[in-house]
Amino acid sequence: MTQHTIKELADLLASGQSSSVELCQDYLGRIAAHNPDINAFITVDPDRTLADARAADALRAAGNAGPLTGVPIAHKDIFCAEGWLTTCGSKMLANFVSPYDAHVISQFKAAGMPTLGKTNMDEFAMGSSNETSYFGPVKNPWDTARVPGGSSGGSAACVAAGLAPAATGTDTGGSIRQPAALCGITGLKPTYGVVSRYGMIAFASSLDQGGPMARTAEDCALLLNVMAGFDRRDSTSLERDKEDYGRDLAKPLAGLRIGLPREFFGAGLTGDTAKAVQAAIEQFRTLGATTVEVSLPNSGLSVAAYYVIAPAEASSNLSRFDGVRYGYRTPDYGDLTDMYEKSRAEGFGAEVKRRILIGTYVLSHGYYDAYYIQAQKLRRLIAQDFAEAYRQCDVILGPTAPTTAFKLGEKADDPVQMYLSDIYTIAVNLAGLPGMSLPCGFDSQGLPIGMQLIGDYFAEARMLNVAHQYQLATDWHARTPAL
Amino acid sequence: MQWETVIGLEVHTQLTTRSKIFSGASTAFGAEPNSQACQVDIALPGVLPVLNKGAVERAIKFGLAIGAKLNRVNVFARKNYFYPDLPKGYQISQFELPIVEGGSIDIQVPSEQAGQAETKTVRLTRAHLEEDAGKSLHEDFHGMTGIDLNRAGTPLLEIVSEPDMRSAKEAVAYARALHTLVTWIGTCDGNMQEGSFRVDANVSVRPKGQQEFGTRREIKNLNSFRFLEQAIDYEVRWQIEQIEDGHKIVQATVLFDPDTGETRMMRTKEDAHDYRYFPDPDLLPVKLEEDWIEQVRAAMPELPAAMRARFQRDYGLSAYDAAGLTSQRELAVFFTDTLALAGEANAKLVANWLQGELSASLNRDEKGIGAAPIGPAQLAGLVRRIADGTLSNKLAKQVFEVMWTEGGEPDAIIEAKGLKQMSDSGAIEKIIDEVLAGNPKSVEEFRAGKEKAFNALVGQVMKATKGKANPAQVNELLKTKLAG
Repeated sequence: MTQHTIKELADLLASGQSSSVELCQDYLGRIAAHNPDINAFITVDPDRTLADARAADALRAAGNAGPLTGVPIAHKDIFCAEGWLTTCGSKMLANFVSPYDAHVISQFKAAGMPTLGKTNMDEFAMGSSNETSYFGPVKNPWDTARVPGGSSGGSAACVAAGLAPAATGTDTGGSIRQPAALCGITGLKPTYGVVSRYGMIAFASSLDQGGPMARTAEDCALLLNVMAGFDRRDSTSLERDKEDYGRDLAKPLAGLRIGLPREFFGAGLTGDTAKAVQAAIEQFRTLGATTVEVSLPNSGLSVAAYYVIAPAEASSNLSRFDGVRYGYRTPDYGDLTDMYEKSRAEGFGAEVKRRILIGTYVLSHGYYDAYYIQAQKLRRLIAQDFAEAYRQCDVILGPTAPTTAFKLGEKADDPVQMYLSDIYTIAVNLAGLPGMSLPCGFDSQGLPIGMQLIGDYFAEARMLNVAHQYQLATDWHARTPAL
Repeated sequence: MQWETVIGLEVHTQLTTRSKIFSGASTAFGAEPNSQACQVDIALPGVLPVLNKGAVERAIKFGLAIGAKLNRVNVFARKNYFYPDLPKGYQISQFELPIVEGGSIDIQVPSEQAGQAETKTVRLTRAHLEEDAGKSLHEDFHGMTGIDLNRAGTPLLEIVSEPDMRSAKEAVAYARALHTLVTWIGTCDGNMQEGSFRVDANVSVRPKGQQEFGTRREIKNLNSFRFLEQAIDYEVRWQIEQIEDGHKIVQATVLFDPDTGETRMMRTKEDAHDYRYFPDPDLLPVKLEEDWIEQVRAAMPELPAAMRARFQRDYGLSAYDAAGLTSQRELAVFFTDTLALAGEANAKLVANWLQGELSASLNRDEKGIGAAPIGPAQLAGLVRRIADGTLSNKLAKQVFEVMWTEGGEPDAIIEAKGLKQMSDSGAIEKIIDEVLAGNPKSVEEFRAGKEKAFNALVGQVMKATKGKANPAQVNELLKTKLAG
């Protein structure tokens, strides 16, 4: 039961073989059994979940069910959900019960999909291993001595472990794709502006984008249909016609032009990951696609540009966590400055503080032009590189992450090594393009390997088509870890 | 040494939108603390700002009114600093690309010759949109501070002038002209008690003839024209004194204490914040479409300067009258409405009554013109009766008084109270005859050459008619009778 896709669960519900309450009870049972080992959830609230499920069953009984009504989903704890503890993985918000729903949450509610719980994450989405969470690291279900990736590590791990059929994630520099790769699932970061950011706790506003994490590309299409859409409460949300992201799934790949960026296949890519990605390329050729080498000459500078822009925005976005109105306030303080300093020093973890410091520095008088303005220029150059590449190809393919899941603690003390985990994903956020990761093999230690597809703006349906056709021809995505 | 004062003003005008600049919460003044602060205003995690187009439209209107350049693309930026009444830890403002740049306002300043005024042009640097902060309440909380976020997110247009003013009087004249303009075009209600129009004054002094500016100090948050004048006067005296005593002026922000009439230091430039401005990634650059600008331009009322010129040209009013009538839009509208009914030939009469009796009564009763118990129709009716000789000035004042206190139309009051001027020569002659017969001594004295006796006789006639006789007619008829 619990290794089913969203699509299969929807069919079970539609045919009456299962109720939403039964499905939810099953998943809640698995969460109770395995979450203590995996630590994928920060909050589970069976009463709420089952109340959602009963409401979904009643909708169905009344003949008002939508395609996914009754299918449960887990949400990254970055999404505000009314009545749920919404921590963003931080001590700062360890006591924050949201009084309102994020746009994404209300979309899933409207679709009748029960919430299974709130998933663990790197604190304020800052991290690539889930080790910065105030609520402890998430363990990779394929090897619990290893990290699941981050920042949407809880979402990736719970889907991989079958604790939830799907989950939401957010991706600022790779936070959906990299954990999807490290946990052997499929995850998609849409074009910037496709999914409303309202109620999604901001890390770096110009880069953050929510997206689905699931077992298959087909499931991602179904979920993106729910998540996407214009929201006037988010000024960066794009006003476009509603589209069916699954409309091209069945399209054959004959004639597809896949771009292979020279820079993604250089010295940094070695061993099993290189082999797996090469094998995937062969598979696509078998499916009728052609490949062309493209170049993204500025992509090597993306990590540097990102670590100026993202911390700059974060340093300002996180100013609201001051202990005044909600969240953590130090118990003992003298004057106002003392309250601010202690509340923030005690409420934020080390990585968050590091990024606030970097961000404050690069925005400071006298440094702004040298860092922030330069980084914005790089950002435009990186976007131009992609635009140039798409003159020659329909979709870009490469690795998602340089390595498979690394050991807990292995990079925790080396921020630069940690930051390089996102070397292949960051440029996509800087350009605002859609990107996804899907499983394409396993390394010699049995750890999943992910490949990345990068589409042109609004090419989600095409990317999902490419991924789905690959998944019809392979079974990497169908493999599950033994718990 | 001769000193010259240099002043530039920064004025925060609260815009008249019903909802806030980035949220749907109400901007109404005086509600229960925090009852008008929605989740965006209190900066819950995850919330985002959405720009209120009404605020942008008002900024466009202001830009057009001062002949400024409107930046077709303008950008909101974050001004970062921590304060409990600033919920996000940053204020959304405009920095490098404000919506309005340049423009100017003409002010009337007293000239060397007494009783004369000359026009001076004050240039504006820029005007930018931003959100207001909340309020910290230090009373009533016994050692703690209360935070009221009702005001947080209220739209402001901050209007910055060039350092073009050379005295407190000029600064006040500019502030008044600006106040007239923003209330005239309806972008601000101008209520200074409620903080809708707050003035910061940058003041420096320099030896007369010197080109470079002296070091300035900024006086914050002046909420009346009187305080503005007092504060600048004090500050200028203080700065001159300091320099003459051999001290240097240190750039600083100061507060004016109305109780002592003095300014005192708040902070120096050394402890000034680094606000770390950067473009707000939650808001797209604001694009002003030409169509929109033209729509706003088409809906723009006639501006005070144009109306002032028109009143002088078309109705032959003095510069003084024209300036007075255009000091407030409601007054100007009252004037033109009254004129439409009373006839343009009576412009001077209407102007006199509006700026005389009506203004005096409003002042006495502490009322705004909107709350006047007399409307344009009533005033026009009164003026018509003065013009056609039905009422003397004295009788007209009586009618006005009745209209003010009891209401009613002038003709009905004249009728009911019998206040009509007596202009029937037959009736007046009859009374004159009776007065002459009853006062032979005065008649004799007049004939003996005593002019005073004539006035006594006029007085008797007026008394006998209860003041209703047309005095000019009485004079005329009496002279004829006495000569006969």
